[in-house]
This record gives sequence, C-alpha cells and structure tokens, in this order.
Amino acid sequence: MNEFASDDDLKYRNLAPKERLTIPPQDMPQQDVKNRCRNMLEVALGFSAEAARMEAARCLQCKNAPCIEGCPVKINIPGFIKAIAEGNNEKAIRIIKESSILPAVCGRVCPQEKQCQLNCTVGKALGDVGKAVSIGRLERFVADWERENGSLSFPVIKEETGRKVAVIGSGPAGITAAADLRREGHKVVIFEALHKPGGVMVYGIPEFRLPKKIVNTELDLLKRMGVEIKTDFVIGRTRTIMDLLRKDGYDAIFIAAGAGLPRFMDIDGENLVGVLSANEYLTRSNLMCGYDRHRSDTPMFDSHKVAVLGGGNVAMDAARTAVRLGAEEVHLIYRRSEVEMPARKEEVVHAKEEGVIFHFLQNAKRIIGDENRRVKALECMRYKLGEPDETGRRRPYPIEGSEFFIDVDTVIVAIGTTPNPLIPQTTEGLRTKDSGTIIVGNDGATSIERVYAGGDIVLGAATVILAMGHGRRAAAAINRRFREG
Amino acid sequence: MNKILRKQQICENVFKFRVYAPLIAEARKPGQFIVLQLHEFGERIPLTIADADIEEGSITIIFQVVGKTTYLLSMLNEGDVIAHIAGPLGRPTYIDNFGTVVCVAGGIGAAVMYPIATAMKEKGNEVIVIMGARSKQMLVLIDEIRSIVDRLVICTDDGSEGIKGIVTSPLEEFCRNKKKPNLVVAVGPAVMMKACCEVTRVFGIKTIVSLNTIMVDATGMCGSCRVSVGGQTKFVCVDGPEFDGHLVDFDNMIARQNSYKEQEQEAYRKCRLNLK
Repeated sequence: MNEFASDDDLKYRNLAPKERLTIPPQDMPQQDVKNRCRNMLEVALGFSAEAARMEAARCLQCKNAPCIEGCPVKINIPGFIKAIAEGNNEKAIRIIKESSILPAVCGRVCPQEKQCQLNCTVGKALGDVGKAVSIGRLERFVADWERENGSLSFPVIKEETGRKVAVIGSGPAGITAAADLRREGHKVVIFEALHKPGGVMVYGIPEFRLPKKIVNTELDLLKRMGVEIKTDFVIGRTRTIMDLLRKDGYDAIFIAAGAGLPRFMDIDGENLVGVLSANEYLTRSNLMCGYDRHRSDTPMFDSHKVAVLGGGNVAMDAARTAVRLGAEEVHLIYRRSEVEMPARKEEVVHAKEEGVIFHFLQNAKRIIGDENRRVKALECMRYKLGEPDETGRRRPYPIEGSEFFIDVDTVIVAIGTTPNPLIPQTTEGLRTKDSGTIIVGNDGATSIERVYAGGDIVLGAATVILAMGHGRRAAAAINRRFREG
Repeated sequence: MNKILRKQQICENVFKFRVYAPLIAEARKPGQFIVLQLHEFGERIPLTIADADIEEGSITIIFQVVGKTTYLLSMLNEGDVIAHIAGPLGRPTYIDNFGTVVCVAGGIGAAVMYPIATAMKEKGNEVIVIMGARSKQMLVLIDEIRSIVDRLVICTDDGSEGIKGIVTSPLEEFCRNKKKPNLVVAVGPAVMMKACCEVTRVFGIKTIVSLNTIMVDATGMCGSCRVSVGGQTKFVCVDGPEFDGHLVDFDNMIARQNSYKEQEQEAYRKCRLNLK
C-alpha cells in the first residue's frame, strides 16, 4: 500500500499528471507458484476494487488517446478507466461493451503489451512498457465485477425481422457476430462442430488462463438473447454452405470456423508414439477434461519429460499444462531469441516461474524413437539470428555441427495452425489463398454472394480480439445488407 | 435426436444399433463415419456408418465391445439417447466402374464393407467379397452382404463356416486368376489389411484400405489419427479414412493405435468392476 491508498475520489480526480506518474503500478494477486503447479485453477486472481481504482488513477487521460489506436476494436480506453477511477464500474463496463462483447475474455488473453499498453503514455514516460497502465487487468476487473454482481446487462433486441443468418463456429468471431446480428432482430443459428460451444476458448485455452465459466456466461447470454446453438453439427459434412442457402433458407452466412488444423515440423520421427500436436494435447486436456483423470474417459499421454516446440501462447499453454499434469521436466524449444517470442509476456513469466525450461535459439531436427516406436529423445540444433524477414523478426539460421540431444518421452508440436479445409473443399466457388485462408473484402464478404467470413479462417492463427473485430465487421455488413433490401 | 430405435446383439461382443439421426442419414455416403460421445466426461470415438434409412431418418452402427466406451454403449437400450453424434465424417469412398472388385472384410470390418460393396455393385462392378472372422457366430452382416454380391467367400479361424484359414489365401487365389481383380478394398484389423496389401503388392493390384485410428475431435483439429502414407503425414479423419494401402506405414499405425493402451485397459477393467 502507498500514500494514496486511503484517498477519496476527489483526490484521484485532482491529481496532476506528475503525481499520477508517481503512483506505483498495482500488482495483481496470483496463485502461489507451488500450489498452482498442482491445480488447473486460474493463476491470475484479478485486481481488488481498491487496486483497480489506484491503477485507474495512473491513467493520464491523454487527449489523443494513443492506447485506442493500439486496440483492434477501438475501445474508449480512457473513458472506461476514468469511470473506474470515479468508482463507477457500471459506466465503465457500459463503455467497454460499446466496442467489445467479451471483455472478461480479452482482459485475460489479449496481448496488451503489443497493443493498447504498448502505446500508453505512462509506460513511455516511465521508460518501460511493463509500467504502462494495466489496461487489460482493468478491463478484466470491470467485466468480472459485472458478472459477479449479477448485473450482466441484457441487450435490447429489436423487433423480429424474419431474416435468418447462419453463423459457422462458436468461437470469438462467431459469438460476436451472432450477438450483433441478433440485436437487430434477425434469427441467428450458430453451428458448432464439437459437442461444446466456445471454439478455441474452450478447446484451446486452458482453465488456468481462462476459466470456462466465463465463456459459458457469455454463451448463456447469447442463448437468452434467442440465439440458437446447434452443437455436433459439422458444416461441410452434415450440411454444406450451399445446403444452408438453398435448402434451409438462410439469408446470409458468416463463416468463422477457425484455424483448427495443426502444422507439423516435417522432420523425421514426427509420427512416433508420444509426438502430439499442441491442439491434440490441449483438446484432450481442456475440451475432453482429460486433466481430471478420475472423471474423464479421455486419457492423457503418460509423460515424464516433455519438449514443447514453439514460442507462442499455445506453446506456453501446452508447457504449463504438462507441468500441472505432473511432468518432471518440461522443455520449451524456440528457434529465435526471447525478444522475438510471440507469446504474451505474462504467460512467459508464469511459465518460467512454474519451472518450464526455456531453450532459445534452438530447434528440433529429428525425433528419435525406441524399438517400440515411442519417443526417447529429441535431436536439436543451435541457431543464430540473421537479417529481419518479412514479418520483421530476425531470421534464424542453424549453426552447423551444433547438434545435441535432449532425453524426452513426449514431444508437443506448437508451431501454429492453418485453416480447416473442410468448408473450402465442400463449397464450390469459395475463393481461398494458397495458405488455405478464405479471401474476403473489407466488409468480410467472400466470393459467394450472401456469404461472409472472419476470424482465424481469414487471418490464419491470430488473436481473440482480432477475431471479434472480424465478427463485428461482418455482422455490420450483413445488417446493412438487410436494411438496404 | 440420437435415440436408439433398435438394438440387436449380433454375437457375443458385437452390437447393431439403429439410431435416429436424420441429417446424417441424408448426408452420409459409403465409407463415412460418425463420432459419438456418451456423456460430458466421455471420450469421443469414431464408428462407421454401416447403413442408413432416409425415410426413417436412421443410421445403423455396428460395433464391437473393446473398451469402456463401447462397453457403456452396449449397455444402452432401445429408447435411450446417445448424448452426442456428429457426422458424417471423412471422405466418401471413391466409387466407379472398375471392373472386378474384391472386397476383403475382417471381423467387424464387414460393417464398413457392406455399404462400399453395395455401392460398387450398383455402379456395375463384379463384386467378390471375402469375409473373415474367428468363427461362424462372429460373421457380421453376412446375409445382407450375400444378397448383393456376385460371389462370397467365407473364412473362419476355427472352420465353423467356409474355409478354415485366413482371408489372404483366397485373396491370393483371386489375384492369380487370369482375370485379375481391378481393385481390392480391404477393411479390418490393421494386421489383416497389412497382410492383404502385401499379397496384392506382388500382383500390382491397387488396394484401398479403410483405417481405424484413434481420434479425438475427428474434424481435422488434433492430428491424433495421423498416419504416414507414402512418406507424407495424412489425417485419417479428413484426408481418409481410405488410402492406397500400398503406401500406408502399417507398423507405425499399429504402434500409434496402442498409444494409450494401458490407460484404456485400466479404464475398461474398472468400468466392468463398477457395473457388476
């Protein structure tokens, strides 16, 4: 605690910018490392009301609001932070919800240090992006406040229009589009291939980073709004896009089926027993509840020494799941250096605290099996960085003769995913890029009339917030289309 | 939805269910399968669609009790509902007029073979089916298959029906015929499919196999079903389930099928103890 802790509202409001800069960044409480390595519960526990107001008081309320520039859905960030500082959480959440439908999710999983917080004046003034105003944590705070106070606002739904829209996929893009379409009075049906809705938020992101009750709250709200969710329904197989348009009478379709197909390294030994895609590992643990060994019928691979290949959020999720499931050693192998690692900073910090062993500038060359075709070791090479490539990150080069071995029994490949080809394959006339992503215009329209697409099936593997932005954009285009006739 | 309309025990461990699933019945084609889950914490398992009745809105599944999920499934009765069924999944069989097609079905593989053989026959092929099973009682769908094919050869391990022996002997005989088969389709245990492919490889006869690997989502997301086909990694759930058998690395596939064997056996054992 510090000298401001007991001050009242008035004091916050009257602080000069210089004084605000002296308020220390507030710590967010988290589960103790020892305990959390043995459970699946959420690691970050969220700000207290006191800490949230203190953190909010750090915001300088910049006129030009550079933070908004960094936000893919352009949330009025200074606006909602001011409301928190004033103790008006209800107003804060209302401001956020003008632009984002999933703040409890985004507050937890957005890469804030690369978006809003990267541009924050406070962080810049203090010379450390880590000391920027914790916009994400504040967003999470008010979203949790709203949910826990049972004051979830129920959106106004306009009179039924008689129009019918199919949304393919129930992840962040699909949920956002469904809500925006339903509010305008259209009938909305979401088709989900799996048995549980929520997409990557349910099958991919683990409980310790995003509790499922949060996702379920959002889905319940959608259902109460009158959105129908059909699970176990595989578009492209059970019914095709053209069936929906021609036989089932849908007036428009939004495809948000995600980038579900895991990429592999294409190295020797990749099909040995004990090599899993991160998608498989996480789906078994999250969607199928495999982490709960006493209840779930879906087994987890019996791992003692695990190597995770990759440096993104999915790699962190897999490595930290392996820690929690009792692996004795978890190695994370990434071919560039820590600076280039795409994972969210907080997840990297947490993974290190939890004992994940990081190997930077190293990469797998070959996986070695025993006589039963089970993994027994990983052959790696050391790398060095050269010139920046097209992504702006420095390109890694293997160092000749640098091969070495790590004894492992499990290798989890987390080097990215590509769009599921099922819908493009079964939809004649739907144009895609070589990478398999669906080609869309600025409003999300595809090459087929009345069919829109968004999220990872357009972006490749990206983030929850960008997917939401796509859902919003396509819904707006569909709503406009219906209004105009 | 997903209500069991008819339950029939074919033999000791094999059951045939007709399940109400009208959309799947309408969409399914030979070679495709479903994935099912019995309860919130249940596993997802793939099962072949043996038949469908669009008018009744039903699909037929035939399964052998091999572990906890199939055991629990076999305990369900007419009128019960299967919590989750998704499908039809996988690519349909490529059906064409090839000439003479020899279909080899081992054990429960007959459930996969029946719709394929039917479609091949409808397309004008001469269809020969070789069925293999441990004993007479274990022959699945035998009357249905007999009614649609040009020739049926039966092999049992104990000689209780047809030839005493394994399916590869009659297969080899057909391959030696002056009029060689134009296509062989083999469905059954991995070792049987592997043996069939070794026979036909010698004669240079194209052989299609339908693979039954472990799956979780069965929609292309997890890759637990992946196999090496001609040195390339393929997903059985979306690229298959049928592949050119001469290109499949069966030894790798068999090893991968056993990835979770210990856990599966333990779960099955516990489940039977609890229910007894």
